[in-house]
Amino acid sequence: MSTGSLQPGGAHIPWPAPESRVGPRAATHVALAGLVALFAWSYYGSNIRLSDLFSYEGGLQIAAYIAKLFPPDLSPAVLQEAMKGTVETFAISFMGTLMAVAIALCVVFFSSRNLIYSGLLYEMEAKEQWRHTLRVLPYLIAKSLLNILRTIPEMVWALIFVFLVGLGPFPGVLALGVHTGGVLGKLFGEVLEDIDPQPVEALQSTGASRLQILFYGIVPQVLPQFISYTLYRWEVNIRVAAVLGFVGAGGLGQRIYIAISLFLENQLLTFIIAIYILVTIVDYLSAYLRRRAI
Amino acid sequence: MKRQDLSSISKESKSLFPYLFAFFFGIAFIDSWRRAGIAPLFFFEAQGREHLWKFVRGMFPPELSSQFLSLMLQPALETIQISVMGTLIAVLIGFPLGILATRTFSVSGILNDAEIKGAPARFAARYSIYFCARAVLSLFRSIPEFVWAFMFVRAVGLGPFPGVLAIGVAYGGMLGKVYSEIFEGANERPLEALQSTGANKMQTFCYGWLPQVLPNFVSYTLYRWECAVRASAILGLVGAGGLGQQIEISMRMFNFQEVLTLLAILFMMVAAVDFISAKVRAML
Repeated sequence: MSTGSLQPGGAHIPWPAPESRVGPRAATHVALAGLVALFAWSYYGSNIRLSDLFSYEGGLQIAAYIAKLFPPDLSPAVLQEAMKGTVETFAISFMGTLMAVAIALCVVFFSSRNLIYSGLLYEMEAKEQWRHTLRVLPYLIAKSLLNILRTIPEMVWALIFVFLVGLGPFPGVLALGVHTGGVLGKLFGEVLEDIDPQPVEALQSTGASRLQILFYGIVPQVLPQFISYTLYRWEVNIRVAAVLGFVGAGGLGQRIYIAISLFLENQLLTFIIAIYILVTIVDYLSAYLRRRAI
Repeated sequence: MKRQDLSSISKESKSLFPYLFAFFFGIAFIDSWRRAGIAPLFFFEAQGREHLWKFVRGMFPPELSSQFLSLMLQPALETIQISVMGTLIAVLIGFPLGILATRTFSVSGILNDAEIKGAPARFAARYSIYFCARAVLSLFRSIPEFVWAFMFVRAVGLGPFPGVLAIGVAYGGMLGKVYSEIFEGANERPLEALQSTGANKMQTFCYGWLPQVLPNFVSYTLYRWECAVRASAILGLVGAGGLGQQIEISMRMFNFQEVLTLLAILFMMVAAVDFISAKVRAML
């Protein structure tokens, strides 16, 4: 049964499902056996030693580590450092998200099928092969560009940019901007390909040009969702920005890396608390802005 | 009546919000620009151009010798194994905690209304369980998986195991939260029907609740598995096994040909996992 209603937030699933009365089929057994095999293979491959965790010594070790974290180091110097790291993390996520929006908006209008070569806007056009090709080409280029930006993880981008521009927060901004640009480009593209065609048709029938249709028929429809996705990615980015410092890209991550490496557990706890506060504040801020803007 | 409505609308449109927003946005922008050390023209300057050129030229041709590829097979498989095991642990953590963190299961709602009425002590006990479960989940997911991974590398040593634990704990927190949201969104009527037949709480749970939410559970867990593959591919940057370790080594050795190959492997792996996960979801 392929239904679209299984996505989180999708339509409600009728209950009880009519097929629930049918017993399990052979395919189900095969799938389950495959799943068990996958788990067994992964278990041996990933070198799991549960005895390390649940044995008496293991428990003692973990308890000792947790005890070492307390109390958090609240001396003025560390607090100042934590504050600086927090603000820097905020700055990285903020600039990174803005850069991502800029990238996504530049690319997305080329990577949406209904805006660049097919659908309502191009129905009436003479079918000339060269013209069609000329339109499909930027579509393909934009689409594959977004794919590349998106598939390379932020941390790897950060490694690359640290090589290119040196240590500091700037490579972090670039890494976030480039990766999130790819993600937002894909999300924005899905929104654009999903628009209600009726306003577009109405505008077209009044003789509006394509640019006018874009600004008066399409952008007002998609703007709330664009804002919503952007805020969502900002929430993700603040978490990523907090660890980009692990590869030398500034923010709280750098301080955490140093604290863990030098066994400064008390400082580590301070920085973790700082992350927690920052993430919570940004979540609230983002929820507030979403309520106000949409 | 109508007049009032209109006046309230016009008042709202004159609110200070846009100005305040623009003001704070401007301040945040200027300050962030300064703090993040943005240099927009960096790649047009001589040094930036030189580095960029060195990197791009260094990537080609990608390293495709069979020796290197066979050497990379093991970390690539390890990445998959870490993600599978990590997701399994995340489910084992997230499922029980997610149930306890569901208000309609542990505190109020049809299942509990009769029990907690006139029993404040029981209510307090239930509520504290609910609250603790929420707090643990929130703690697990608010510490990024990278920090978890680094801490576990310290605790249990290098290798894939800390990666598994990091993904298990961090994703357990996320899964638990989403599971509890899915639970709370479930239709209460089947529960009521079961309860009125005299089913106990366990039976109500298994026959009324679980069948409703299972497809959503599986779908979301698969989505998290996709994320786990991406995450486990890079957790190696802090020494937790998988492809990430190789990427970091190659990057630090300025072996960009190998970097390109590794990125291509990562690309294919992620695409394959997305494909499988989409197929499974379509079958549900």
